[in-house]
Amino acid sequence: MKLTLHIWRQKNAGQPGHMAVYNVTASEHMSFLEMLDVLNEELTSKGEEPVAFDHDCREGICGSCGFMINGIAHGPQRGTTVCQLHMRKFKDGDVLYLEPWRARAFPVIRDLVVDRSAFDRIIASGGFITAPTGSGPDGNAIPVPKTNADLAMDAAACIGCGACVAACPNAAAALFTGAKISHLGLLPQGQPEREQRVLSMVATVKEEMFGSCTNIGECEAVCPKEIKLEVIARMNRDYLRASWTTRGEAAREDGI
Amino acid sequence: MELKSKCPTGPIETRWEKYKFDLKLVNPANKRKFNVIMVGSGLAGGSAAASMAELGYNVKCFCFQDSPRRAHSIAAQGGINAAKNYQNDGDSIFRLFYDTVKGGDFRARESNVYRLAQISVNIIDQCVAQGVPFAREYGGTLANRSFGGAQVSRTFYARGQTGQQLLIGAYQALERQIGMGKVQMYPRTEMLDLIVIDGKARGIVVRNLVTGKVESHVADAVVLGTGGYGNVFYLSTNAKGSNCTAIWRAYKRGAAMANPCFTQIHPTCIPVSGDYQSKLTLMSESLRNDGRIWVPIKKGDKRPPSQIPESERDYYLERRYPSFGNLVPRDVASRAAKAVCDEGRGVGSGLGVYLDFADAISRLGKQGVKERYSNLFEMYERITGEDPYSVPMRIYPAIHYTMGGLWVDYNLMTTVPGLYSIGEANFSDHGANRLGASALMQGLADGYFVLPYTIGDYLATTKLEKVSTDHPAVRQAEAGVAKRTKQFLDAKGKRTVASFHRELGKLVWDECGMARNEAGLKRALTRIPELREEFWKNVNVLGHGEELNQALENAGRVADFLEFGELMCMDALNRQESCGGHFREEFQTPDGEALRNDEQYSYAAAWEFAGPDKAPILNKEPLTFDYVHPSQRSYK
Repeated sequence: MKLTLHIWRQKNAGQPGHMAVYNVTASEHMSFLEMLDVLNEELTSKGEEPVAFDHDCREGICGSCGFMINGIAHGPQRGTTVCQLHMRKFKDGDVLYLEPWRARAFPVIRDLVVDRSAFDRIIASGGFITAPTGSGPDGNAIPVPKTNADLAMDAAACIGCGACVAACPNAAAALFTGAKISHLGLLPQGQPEREQRVLSMVATVKEEMFGSCTNIGECEAVCPKEIKLEVIARMNRDYLRASWTTRGEAAREDGI
Repeated sequence: MELKSKCPTGPIETRWEKYKFDLKLVNPANKRKFNVIMVGSGLAGGSAAASMAELGYNVKCFCFQDSPRRAHSIAAQGGINAAKNYQNDGDSIFRLFYDTVKGGDFRARESNVYRLAQISVNIIDQCVAQGVPFAREYGGTLANRSFGGAQVSRTFYARGQTGQQLLIGAYQALERQIGMGKVQMYPRTEMLDLIVIDGKARGIVVRNLVTGKVESHVADAVVLGTGGYGNVFYLSTNAKGSNCTAIWRAYKRGAAMANPCFTQIHPTCIPVSGDYQSKLTLMSESLRNDGRIWVPIKKGDKRPPSQIPESERDYYLERRYPSFGNLVPRDVASRAAKAVCDEGRGVGSGLGVYLDFADAISRLGKQGVKERYSNLFEMYERITGEDPYSVPMRIYPAIHYTMGGLWVDYNLMTTVPGLYSIGEANFSDHGANRLGASALMQGLADGYFVLPYTIGDYLATTKLEKVSTDHPAVRQAEAGVAKRTKQFLDAKGKRTVASFHRELGKLVWDECGMARNEAGLKRALTRIPELREEFWKNVNVLGHGEELNQALENAGRVADFLEFGELMCMDALNRQESCGGHFREEFQTPDGEALRNDEQYSYAAAWEFAGPDKAPILNKEPLTFDYVHPSQRSYK
């Protein structure tokens, strides 16, 4: 199959980018990234610099890959990262526009590669349970209702790829942050820090210049792990409760 | 070189306890005076960095990915073993120890393996406390399943994403320390050399992958948790970025490399579909619980599977191994698949066998099969475009894990003082074959519960002079890195980095893959140096060094694989026996099973770098077995 690709090329964060047009011949059995590998081999042979894109496991679990294909994060197949998307989902003669995640909090590093370290800083500000090595009681000493364990697992499936932010017209990080708050907040182990966690994570989201959530739902539609909007509802509920019940220095220090 | 394993003696049950007591401690107030460098942020590296920071050490942690959460531990599907005996089915620390030594085909140290089995129970407690959402029973207790032919249910799991959940647990603990300033994290930063001063590991040279800047970091100890070298085969289930550069640089600075020929091939992966293929995808081993593996009896039978009648099918695992059938261990299942494909009976491209669920569907109903395997079936369909409910899956073995790695003593220290190696990067616990669900256990055991103790003993008892990045050894290592980068960019040849990697991968897969023989290994040992020479003359890396340059990153990794592959073949040639993942065709029983030679090869082969154009030196660490007596593994 023959495809026309319009790809965002940008040398580095400091220089303006532009769309460049390439033609590539692909097999329908290739994954989308293998098709880009073919393009890059051709470009290199012609003396043109290859297109930079993030990728690693190519099994849809590490969260490294991701870019917009015709305006949709990770492309047209639901619940699928771009590394697991195969060319049989496209037709001969298709014209595809490939762009990096666009969000103020995710500056472009080069071509389709963006800086998502803001996600790490959100986790560092509270997305954990404080349990220093060696301090845990016996695993079965903390029973967890199966329903809660399953719901926590649904939320914990997040791979931190950033598609939710890229798809959101506000560039909000609500699905990502809500997923972590739900994962930990649904478990008994997560209760002691539940209120402080939501307050400091939400404060960090604001500092990192993500937008506000206005319940549009684009994030859920593109999430390759199909994380549900309900995690945002859980976050909002926890946040509201924590804002009322948490007193003292902790809350004020975060400026809430 | 003298290999001092430092393994304790005495009753095996108390060895680690007693040893721990004898380790010197660093006073809590002094811990903050020590700096430790951690390279890698997977299960081993992430857990070690977090645990050391919790103890009070200053830690710098490095990973080449854009976030520590992306390390390839994340892709592990099945689960993690622990001798909790929650199922009351007769499991014990001794049984896990016994199964691991035997499963490793008697090529691992008993002391290390026993410690691993002991620690396994603490790992589960730790992970539960962190909020890892393990599967639960309705009563709220932890669920278990059996795995990889074990006769007890000791595997803990989080759906098919156990590696992801355990890694996220370690990552969150690490991020907590980063937030508190105890760990400085350097993502998108790749280690390119080890700095050795006065015979001790004192730092690393790294390249910032975004700016291209080469810089050095010095410390009191360096830990490598950089994973395995499976990508020497180009096509493997490893992530694209997984590489051997850190351990190979350490080898060239004096750390011995042990048993590089022990590589594990996983029997159930999706077969290769074309030359463009960039990686292979694993289908969980659990599929073999219900799927039946077969090929046509007739050679070159091109009929679609539905038109091949029952009488013309060969369920070869059930035929050859009536008692274990489709559930034989990984190495046995992989070799059997290769054998039928070599006979010309492979399906699809010729390199594939059927994994058929028709019987399971008629027994359990389509819904029943869906409940057990829907995720895997969807993944298969996404990749191949075929519906495994109606057409049998096609599978073929692929490189999955590497048991070999840097030689370490009982403290997990390499032969370079102050340099440690943890997780898949070391060689320690799996012998010649790793059991399913044991990689996650070992990575976390090393990172949470072994290294944080043993590194303290070194720091407490070693006189470490202050060094700075102005030291001549640092400057010399940096100059070496700069020179290499320039060589890649100046070659201006005709072939891409990937084309060399593919050629090397095919070569070692053909000659040093599932089955090896003397003639083939010798061919590889002739061809690899030629390919390496061509690489340095004819590689094409565009752009420059002071920018994000993915081709340049890959060039460095492939250059190291081109050297590593040669050592792997040398080791395979030297080991004139078959054991675990290492199958030498000359050494097999009359019915085609692996034939060990305990008299001559019951040792760990630790290769020592002797100089750029010199043959490496083979050092042997003899293995002794006081508790589990070597026997022939039989699954008939």
